[in-house]
Amino acid sequence: MRRDVFQAIADPTRRAILALLALQAMTPNALAAHFESSRQAVSKHIKVLTECEVVVQKQSGREIYYHFNPKKMKEIDLWLERFRKLWEDRFDQLDDLLKDL
Amino acid sequence: MNTEIVKDANNKQLHVTREFAAPVEKVWKAWTEPDLLDKWWAPRPWRTETKTMDFSEGGVWLYSMVGPEGERHWCRADYKTITQGSEYTAVDAFCDENGNPSGMAPSMSWHLRFNSTATGTRVDITITFEKEEDLEAIVKMGFKEGFTMAHGNLDELLAQL
Repeated sequence: MRRDVFQAIADPTRRAILALLALQAMTPNALAAHFESSRQAVSKHIKVLTECEVVVQKQSGREIYYHFNPKKMKEIDLWLERFRKLWEDRFDQLDDLLKDL
Repeated sequence: MNTEIVKDANNKQLHVTREFAAPVEKVWKAWTEPDLLDKWWAPRPWRTETKTMDFSEGGVWLYSMVGPEGERHWCRADYKTITQGSEYTAVDAFCDENGNPSGMAPSMSWHLRFNSTATGTRVDITITFEKEEDLEAIVKMGFKEGFTMAHGNLDELLAQL
């Protein structure tokens, strides 16, 4: 099931998982050890993150490692950047107008 | 002066902060009078055209944003609470030329505060979405109104991805 990057970050545990994986790739066990929730609960979150494609699985020897996928996160950053640009432009125009008021 | 934008972790609020080198009364005027709003609200080459405005509690600002090729998007802002000279809240929506909400994108709630500072005025804007999915939906729409207008370095940014 394809999901959205926003669903990935809408949950605090998922944000914590992403923060950990952004530092280094981890096996499911290593990751679960950081959380008080059950291994199952953490797996569910990883499933959502994988479906959102912000986390990707890679086999390394016999182990599976989860990796953070930075390209996907850029969707939000891009939107925020455009949003910021819009406001900056508006406010620059307001600066000019205020000089004449 | 830099525009600061902060998104809260739950994707339900955006905070915009900006300082202006002008007294509060003037900044308030620029934000609440249609002749003035029409001059700065839309980033060039777009422009704003107010159809009607009633800046009062329960009143509406009905306006359109017009693009360089004559494209027109209609919007409305419904004013909820107003503390003259310092603060107001409103809810916005895309609509048609008669102000009928289009339902195409979720509404956002706005809370604006105007504060006097040593150098002029600081405006704090909090934009609240009802649900986390609302921000998602707006992003998906490409935040049409805004992003067809946000000119500048967007192409450069895209080229970097």
